[in-house]
Amino acid sequence: MIATGNHAVAYGVKAARAEVIAAYPITPQTQIIEKLSEFIEKGEMRAKFLRVESEHSAMAACIGASACGARAFTATSSQGLLYMSEMVFWAGLGSFPVVMAVVTRALAPPWSIWNEHTDILSQRDAGWIVIMCESVQEAYDASIQAFRIAEDRRVRQPVMFGLDAFSLSHTSERLDLIGQEEADAFLPAPEGDWKVIDVQEPTTYGNMASPERMMEIRHSTMERLKESSGVIEEAASEFSRVSGRQQAGLVEEYRTSGAEVMLVVVGASSGDAKDAADALRDEGVRAGVLRLRVIRPFPSERIRAALQGCKAVAVVDRDYSFGLGGIIGQEVASATGAGPFNYIAGIGGRDLSVMDFAGIARDAIRRAEAGEGRGEIWWGIKGSQEPSR
Amino acid sequence: MFLEIRLHGRGGQGMVTAAEMIAEAAILEGFYAQSIPLFGAERRGAPVSASARISESPIRRHSQVRSPQIVGVCDPLLLYMKEVFDGVAEGAILVVNHKQEPQLKGFRVALLDATGIAVGNGLVSAGWAILSTVIFGAVSKVTGVIGKDTVLGVINSRWKGEVAERNRRAAESGYDGVKIC
Repeated sequence: MIATGNHAVAYGVKAARAEVIAAYPITPQTQIIEKLSEFIEKGEMRAKFLRVESEHSAMAACIGASACGARAFTATSSQGLLYMSEMVFWAGLGSFPVVMAVVTRALAPPWSIWNEHTDILSQRDAGWIVIMCESVQEAYDASIQAFRIAEDRRVRQPVMFGLDAFSLSHTSERLDLIGQEEADAFLPAPEGDWKVIDVQEPTTYGNMASPERMMEIRHSTMERLKESSGVIEEAASEFSRVSGRQQAGLVEEYRTSGAEVMLVVVGASSGDAKDAADALRDEGVRAGVLRLRVIRPFPSERIRAALQGCKAVAVVDRDYSFGLGGIIGQEVASATGAGPFNYIAGIGGRDLSVMDFAGIARDAIRRAEAGEGRGEIWWGIKGSQEPSR
Repeated sequence: MFLEIRLHGRGGQGMVTAAEMIAEAAILEGFYAQSIPLFGAERRGAPVSASARISESPIRRHSQVRSPQIVGVCDPLLLYMKEVFDGVAEGAILVVNHKQEPQLKGFRVALLDATGIAVGNGLVSAGWAILSTVIFGAVSKVTGVIGKDTVLGVINSRWKGEVAERNRRAAESGYDGVKIC
């Protein structure tokens, strides 16, 4: 079949048998919840769809449902995610295994509906596992794996997975579904054993933690996020077996062996980077691609290992932290102890093509050979702005 | 084979749907395919475009189509817009919705009165001819890799009854009627 990234997510959430969906529409995510409500209306999916008045309420409802032991899902984007933010942290710090799709979109002002990753990355410290998808197929695959990772007893933390606005959300590609039986075997019906609220046995929640307790609570969340690395890899390898499609775990290495230049990428443009690596290799430039599929927990060890001995490292950020640099660039720098060449590119949905990635790889090699200092480069910026250092 | 297609039309003419159907038909023919809308705020009548890729191997890239070998032009006035020719190499085929052959040096033109076919089959909404199925038929033919039965199959999976019948007739006329000048 053929489907958009948005519809792929809806098919995945249906296969995962989510029980409660609370959501508020926002471009370019709306198709996800439209399709889910259609499934429910037609009786193809057994779930409660809650039409809420805001994203903040959507996440609050998901937390409530999760607290009662239900498998809960929502989807949002950009401004909606920021409006939801208080509850996003509540879900993460409260260890509610909610799953959320984030269609990554630039933040306003000025208004933009196009692709950027700053929205999802703004929530990276909320105690959620953060996954970024490369293709429509991966959006489907991730939406099923997300529930398994979130609900795993060793983790019990919420999972959000990102798909790039339009270049994934509205792009149609071939999509292969797994059978419901396979989905059920991979992700058993929710036992709800994370349930904390029982109306038969009333207790109070949301109390204050004194300074005597808080540090230990945070520490236990840290431990679970750490533990999730292995669970994410397990889910990927098990889903590879079930689906017959090779799944990336924390990272995906593409032609990294012997690479002199490595493109470090995230999301839908990763495929363009791979095509660029192929083209460069044909021309004798040893290029490789390191795709970060998981942003939290940050796969520092894998990154260190993959980038070892590389002459030039080009981290391409479709996001920005003002006053610092590209977010992924900074995190890669902290993981490796060496600043990469940090390319800020594709901001606000500006197209990022195979030619761009090939150009970035060549630029990084040139800078490395010239012994230039590491720093940020605003790739493809128009006008008189000099590349910033 | 790696084929890139770009459709230019006006908001409301069905370009996004046409690109989706082209990709769907190519997948049914055993290829890998992708359709990409160039999305903005939806405005009826404003110039819009949508693209598709067809390949023998998996398509990994998600950037916009920049050098299409086939370009669909659903309103002859769009031929005055430079965007229509962006990245279009010499030898590319332009499928033009017009009654007469436009003079375009360096390109091959495939001519089709898509509006006439759409209107003739009652495919009109709010005063606008809906060209998605006509263009889908015509471009599918021009690709050389999509059969007419596949085109009709895609239409049957999307519409039912009398609406499907009108769209089938429109697609068939597009498929059979497109004339490479």
